[in-house]
Amino acid sequence: MERLPILKIGQMLLVSIQVDLRDDMVVALQEDLADRIVETGARGVVIDITALDIVDSFTGRMLATMAALSRVLDADTVVVGMRPAVAITLVELGLSLDGIKTALDVERGMRLLSLAGGSAR
Amino acid sequence: MTVQELPIAGDADVVRVRQAVRAAAVDAKLSLVDQTKLVTAASELARNTLTYGGGGGAVVEQVQNGLRKGVRAVFRDKGPGIADVAQALTDGFTSGSGMGLGLGGARRLVDEFAIETAPGDGTTVTVVKWAR
Repeated sequence: MERLPILKIGQMLLVSIQVDLRDDMVVALQEDLADRIVETGARGVVIDITALDIVDSFTGRMLATMAALSRVLDADTVVVGMRPAVAITLVELGLSLDGIKTALDVERGMRLLSLAGGSAR
Repeated sequence: MTVQELPIAGDADVVRVRQAVRAAAVDAKLSLVDQTKLVTAASELARNTLTYGGGGGAVVEQVQNGLRKGVRAVFRDKGPGIADVAQALTDGFTSGSGMGLGLGGARRLVDEFAIETAPGDGTTVTVVKWAR
């Protein structure tokens, strides 16, 4: 199975989703991300969904799970790059992504994480 | 516009159904937001077919009402069916591991929504989204 790459940038991890997401890939990403956070001691995770043309309830739930998982492992998560049409659809679907930090792009996401003390360790 | 029949037997098929619905929606000139809503609804319904129906199929086609174009997608499975449809459409209700937004959420995202089901008799969900 194709796995999504997780890049380490300084004290942060960057996951940039560039393919049509299959459910099994999302589940694998969750496990890989937990491993990489522990392995690298990363303090922040940026998940870039710029290329995603939809976020349905499954993907939304996995984003929330990854944010919760990172928190438990002492890392903050920011989801960046959500398209306007995706945001409108998500809200109408009933998914509010409570507890997930968001930013408009990768740069702002990284800044948000460093303001939160992400580069302190 | 041809009628597309797609099997739903695995995760990769859910992706293929999304792509077919997207192509049909672009062809019918749905706005970007309406395309996104329809594809998201199709994703929820295709996953339901797989997860709760044990697999099945989807039929995607363009429809026309006068000058208005739209896309119809039908999701069919021969699974256990749904005993209480009203309950299944309620936000937050789930019999599986989801958030319980699939069926009710999908209904909110489309213009027409019909569900035919009976215990032991499978489930067929039909959705239509019209270009504005």
